[in-house]
Amino acid sequence: MSGSFSIDGVTVPFETGQSIMDAALAAKIYIPHLCHNPEFQPHGSCRLCCVTANGRTVAACTTLATDGLEVANETHEITTRRRLLLKLLFVEGNHVCPACEKSGACQLQAVAYHCGMLAPEFVHFYPKRAVDASHPETIIDFNRCILCELCVRASRDHDGKSVFNISGRGIDAHLTIDSPSGRLGDSRFSASDKAARVCPVGAILPKHRGYEIPIGRRLYDQESISQVGDVASHREQEDG
Amino acid sequence: MHTVQENDPSNLLQRLIGLQQAFRHIPSDAIDHLAESLGLSRAFILGVIQFYSFLHSSPRGEYDILFSDNITDQMQGSRLLAQRLASKLGVDIGRTRDDQRVTLDYTSCTGMGDQGPAALVNGHPITRLTMERVDQLAALIEQAVPLDNWPAELFQVSAGVERRDIVLNSDYKPGTAILRCLEEGAEELLRRLEQAGLRGCGGAGFSTAKKWRFCASTESAERYVVCNADEGEPGTFKDRYLLQAHADRLFEGMTLCAAVIGARRGFLYLRGEYRYLLGPLQQILQQRRENGLLGQAILGRDGFDFDIDIHLGAGAYICGEESALIESLEGKRGIPRNRPPFPVTRGYLGMPTVVNNVETLANAALIAQQGVEWFRSVGTAQSPGSKLLSISGDCERPGIYEFPFGTPISEILAACQAHHTQAVQIGGAAGRLIPPAEFNRTLAFEDLATGGSFMVFNQSRELLNAIDNFTRFFRHESCGFCTPCRVGTAMLTKQLGKVMVGHATSKDLDELGTLGSLMRQTSHCGLGQTAANPILDGLEKFPDIFQSRLRSTSFEPAFDLDASLEEARAITGRSDPGAHLEGGGV
Amino acid sequence: MADKIRIATASLAGCFGCHMSLLDIDERLIDLVAHIEFDRTPLTDIKQIGRCDVGLIEGGVCNAENVEVLKAFRRHCNLLVAVGACAINGGIPAMRNQYSLTECLEEAYLHGSGIDQPQIPSDPELPLLLDQVHPIHDVVWIDYFLPGCPPSADTIFTFLDELLSGKPIRFAYRQIHYD
Repeated sequence: MSGSFSIDGVTVPFETGQSIMDAALAAKIYIPHLCHNPEFQPHGSCRLCCVTANGRTVAACTTLATDGLEVANETHEITTRRRLLLKLLFVEGNHVCPACEKSGACQLQAVAYHCGMLAPEFVHFYPKRAVDASHPETIIDFNRCILCELCVRASRDHDGKSVFNISGRGIDAHLTIDSPSGRLGDSRFSASDKAARVCPVGAILPKHRGYEIPIGRRLYDQESISQVGDVASHREQEDG
Repeated sequence: MHTVQENDPSNLLQRLIGLQQAFRHIPSDAIDHLAESLGLSRAFILGVIQFYSFLHSSPRGEYDILFSDNITDQMQGSRLLAQRLASKLGVDIGRTRDDQRVTLDYTSCTGMGDQGPAALVNGHPITRLTMERVDQLAALIEQAVPLDNWPAELFQVSAGVERRDIVLNSDYKPGTAILRCLEEGAEELLRRLEQAGLRGCGGAGFSTAKKWRFCASTESAERYVVCNADEGEPGTFKDRYLLQAHADRLFEGMTLCAAVIGARRGFLYLRGEYRYLLGPLQQILQQRRENGLLGQAILGRDGFDFDIDIHLGAGAYICGEESALIESLEGKRGIPRNRPPFPVTRGYLGMPTVVNNVETLANAALIAQQGVEWFRSVGTAQSPGSKLLSISGDCERPGIYEFPFGTPISEILAACQAHHTQAVQIGGAAGRLIPPAEFNRTLAFEDLATGGSFMVFNQSRELLNAIDNFTRFFRHESCGFCTPCRVGTAMLTKQLGKVMVGHATSKDLDELGTLGSLMRQTSHCGLGQTAANPILDGLEKFPDIFQSRLRSTSFEPAFDLDASLEEARAITGRSDPGAHLEGGGV
Repeated sequence: MADKIRIATASLAGCFGCHMSLLDIDERLIDLVAHIEFDRTPLTDIKQIGRCDVGLIEGGVCNAENVEVLKAFRRHCNLLVAVGACAINGGIPAMRNQYSLTECLEEAYLHGSGIDQPQIPSDPELPLLLDQVHPIHDVVWIDYFLPGCPPSADTIFTFLDELLSGKPIRFAYRQIHYD
């Protein structure tokens, strides 16, 4: 079965069982998102993709499209909300863009550019978080983790390793690694894992590669994420 | 019949609770052993341990004392009592004494609001704390008297019913409702519940019959019925009373549900704070088995097999949300699921599951026994029947009250003898703050819906303390899954703190409002959607309590400027005028 | 020339990169100077700020002097602008917030490599360090934010140009970046 619904007045076809997000992606309509990656089961945690569907606020990634549904996506009100959510993410961690190798190809940045965020403005939390450089090929900088759980899902559902987990609760929730020491180097993680290639920010990065593409010529430096799409899909193309 | 095997991963949380009780923490080698026997990763198990407040990776003291930190406890002087105990025992609050004898800390509301201030000692509630009682505790602890030998009166939890109506005035005979259901058939029972108009008493008010029907109509090999006894909403304790005094009714309600939906197994999810009820509840279950009301071929009906397990929670308010509760039943972190699918179609282990509140199930049993007219004899058209309230705070007669739906707040306040009332918080921290101008509003799903918490504040109270208490509560209880709730609850606490210490300006209030409405609109579950209610209601209905604390400046710094130089002054030993910063905002 | 817009600038805990970017406006500066005049700024070496229309602040707040300067700017400027990553979120200097001030000073002056006479400096002439580096909006109200490390000359020019023209300030996609 299939049908159609509308996003900001544009008619979008869908197959039964498709989420608003998936139908939008297929129709090349951009709905901002961070924790969503069509390769994995929808999560609904970042809330960036919240749209209104027949007036009700829902996450586009976890809400099924239905016939005749009227979805509002890029309204002033929704974009303002998204900017607030982005600001919360920025102040929650330590996002020092000028010092980050992922800068320019970072989805958190890219979505913030798209939504017109000039500054995080809230009070910064400056949490004290560690960097795990124990693995020979991959480095984890927990300062940049936004808890999208894409690495958790990729390692569990694709790699079959469950290297990553979430521990703690509330503002103390944090990414953990399954190994006797809790460090990546002692885990079953491999740089060829899917989990190494899904991080939307600079939390999980390959070692020994720095600034191969100069700042200013990176994925989102020239064009908006609404045009070029998620960074993970580009990495898959590069690698594969 | 499917029963949980010892090595079933869904048993993880129960195993961890057992280990915590046996070893006062979860030893590292026990985690390795569990990982191997349950086929789970170490990190997964650690994630579960760190999710639940009552599980710990490092040892707690031989006496693990948790003071209930709800605002009503605080209003009864709990903070001073905790501090007194701390100084008597020579231990800081939040710490374990060096000799491992005792740990002292605060915990979210323990459900003893009618007999506070309250604390838990190794999971056992101690109520009506006074200076004398605190000194008595200190002595017992210093003398290392085993808990079993502590005076029994310390552990007495009274069941103070202050007002009875149709439900609490009814006699109930175990098995009558089941027998009638077996005689008349499930459809007749559903019809009766439908006509009675029974709605979920947890606060959401969904039609019970409809929920059972949905579940029954979903194709599946197994179905489950779950009783939500995770009564975590601050200020509510009516389920505690029902579990203590009327457990038979609720087990009968669960059995009726099982008959309707075809479940062979049910769970009572009992909040960790009510662990002291575990033994008595298990006795009742055993009695029911012996009386043929549980187990194989209930009341002789071939094929009607149903039994109930009790699962404990471990200090996580979020597990009162039905899908988080199911995750917790499966032994996991209590993260609310994406809905739909709702539990009635995909619940416990992916099977159709009915989750109902204690009061709802108990009422279902009574309706089956007493009939539709009896239930509809009180209440309103949209909210038939009655509601149990847990009344606490500033009133002369706190306790359990049964009121017909449709009763105005003013009448309830008169009944509990509340005087000079400034405000009522209805529905707990997640509920609504009601000013006197709205005391003519009524208790009803169509007006003020509530799970049962009813906290009264008189005019001598600083209402902002209550709002601050609730806001901190949500920060502590947020599961951390979604951005707006995880960061928002922490940010609200921070911003409200600025108001509390008198360093805020109207710009800070604007920010509180902005954050609050963002959380309300975009949070993943009810916790985040309601976490800002105390602040938003306060700003709307009691603006003066905020305004009176504001600076007249247009902006104040986010931090104490001069205090932020303290460390540098200490390092350099400077105290000259240049080593200080004056004033706040510009 | 009473209609000229009066601008002051300061670099707090920054690297002067944002000021360099301002100068990088190049020949367009000539057009701008017809409409603006500078008050206190490292470019004029005026030490005391007077009444200004716009204050441009580069850098975060790391010490007592930064606080005083920032407050003076807020008092004297109608419009205060956070220019660059450090002013906006503390930037690179705020990476020291991972450590206590004591740890930082001990590493820098006592235990670090190549230290001759280990001693933590202390002199009334030296401003005391705050226990953490803060973005400037933690201390005073900020009216506008120009992100970038540094914001490009183009971004700064667009901002000033549109401000002068009284138009709503709009940036092209490439003019907004955080790095």
